[in-house]
Amino acid sequence: MKSLKNHLSLVIALVGILFSLQVFMIVERAIDAYKENLAQNYSLVIVSKKILASEDILKVDKNFSTLNELSPDTVIKKLNSDFSQKNIELLKLTLPKFYKLKLYSYPSPQEVEEITENLLKNSSIMKVETFSKTHDTTYKLLLLFKTVITVFALSVLLVTILLIFKELRIWQFKHNERMSIMALFGAPVWLRSAVLFRLSIVDALIATAFSFILFSYIASNSWVAEQFNSIGIDVNVFHMLEDSLVMLGVSITVSILLATFIVLGHKEEV
Amino acid sequence: MDKVIIADNLSLAYSNDETIINKVKFSVDSGSFVFVTGASGSGKSTLLKSLYGALKPTEGSLIVGGVELRGVSSAKLNFLRKHIGIVFQDYKLVKEWTIEKNIMLPLIINGYEKSVTQNQVDSLLKHVRLKHQAGKFPLELSGGEQQRVAMARALSHNPILILADEPTGNLDDYSSQLIWNLLEGANTQLKTTVIVVTHHIPENMNVDYKHFHIEYGSIHEVT
Repeated sequence: MKSLKNHLSLVIALVGILFSLQVFMIVERAIDAYKENLAQNYSLVIVSKKILASEDILKVDKNFSTLNELSPDTVIKKLNSDFSQKNIELLKLTLPKFYKLKLYSYPSPQEVEEITENLLKNSSIMKVETFSKTHDTTYKLLLLFKTVITVFALSVLLVTILLIFKELRIWQFKHNERMSIMALFGAPVWLRSAVLFRLSIVDALIATAFSFILFSYIASNSWVAEQFNSIGIDVNVFHMLEDSLVMLGVSITVSILLATFIVLGHKEEV
Repeated sequence: MDKVIIADNLSLAYSNDETIINKVKFSVDSGSFVFVTGASGSGKSTLLKSLYGALKPTEGSLIVGGVELRGVSSAKLNFLRKHIGIVFQDYKLVKEWTIEKNIMLPLIINGYEKSVTQNQVDSLLKHVRLKHQAGKFPLELSGGEQQRVAMARALSHNPILILADEPTGNLDDYSSQLIWNLLEGANTQLKTTVIVVTHHIPENMNVDYKHFHIEYGSIHEVT
């Protein structure tokens, strides 16, 4: 029972780390998906005196995806009743050209500023409409969400690290006596610490298995998918192979570090 | 006769300003039985600790089993300790291991095969009259029984040297006698060198022994 309790302490701490790590990754993925979604719906409007060549504009920035001319017909239609066809044609010729510029990814406010600056270097371009107010608000909301989640993940990580250090002291106390006795009979360091490393690896495997089951369940839960769908994104919460390997790597590294600290901190009794 | 221990101008201290053993010179022949006596705090246990390398000489030279312990590397120290059996007054048994596994420890460290290990442990358990307790844990045994386990562990790998620190200090007569018999047996039958630190030398010893006495940091042989 006592041994199970000792195992549980490290397993819970490791699950805590894996949980915060995975939550952080899910949020990263959700934000990336959301940014992609925003980028699809976001575009700049360029007002130009002359017709713009698409290839000239697209090479201004790697993030530029497509440039399409906006038809002035919608605006002119409203004037249809008051102007003759000839005047409308004349008006069409004198009106500036409007272009819709689409981007590959959702830009940050700084990137928007840079894009505007670069586009305005073209003497034909009179104005660039970035819809900065709406854009800024959405972008800041995203950043705020990401910061809140990062703070949450870091807090869980911090508490877990404190738990692990407490566990380290318990393990140090628990294993010190056995390691000292083994040393008195000439056991080399690897043999003295073998039990410790074996326990750490077993705990890391248990923690990874538990987290795997937990996130597999979360990933298969329709409620989670519905929440993401409700904001128009589709996020894969858990990449079975990739994420499991990351979890395994992290938990084994942490537990081996813990065991190494104990071995290094071991002092032979005199 | 070969010397298993050679101390020359040996000084021992826990810190630089407190010398416990001061520039002593002595040697122990291979296969001999030695008692080390002295008042409490005289340095008997300190001397014993230096013999298994837990305390390094601050001055002089100490050679045990051909290994110079002053500035000894951990690899050489491990090599020496593999050939020494130690019996402590507080037993130093691994509490979470069974009696059987505790006795096996030196055999595992020395890389004995599992079949040899099991036979040796069975035989030793019979010798220390604990065959029926093999699967128990140390804290389930009495002090005397725990010391018998520690004795079996010290003998398990047929060491060249047995070091015993007050092995019968807290024991009943039955366990004490059993311990002395085992130490005598190891010395006479296996020619193992035995060094026992004690307050009192038993009167009914059946082996020839040497007696060193420690007083005021120096050591002398009592004849």
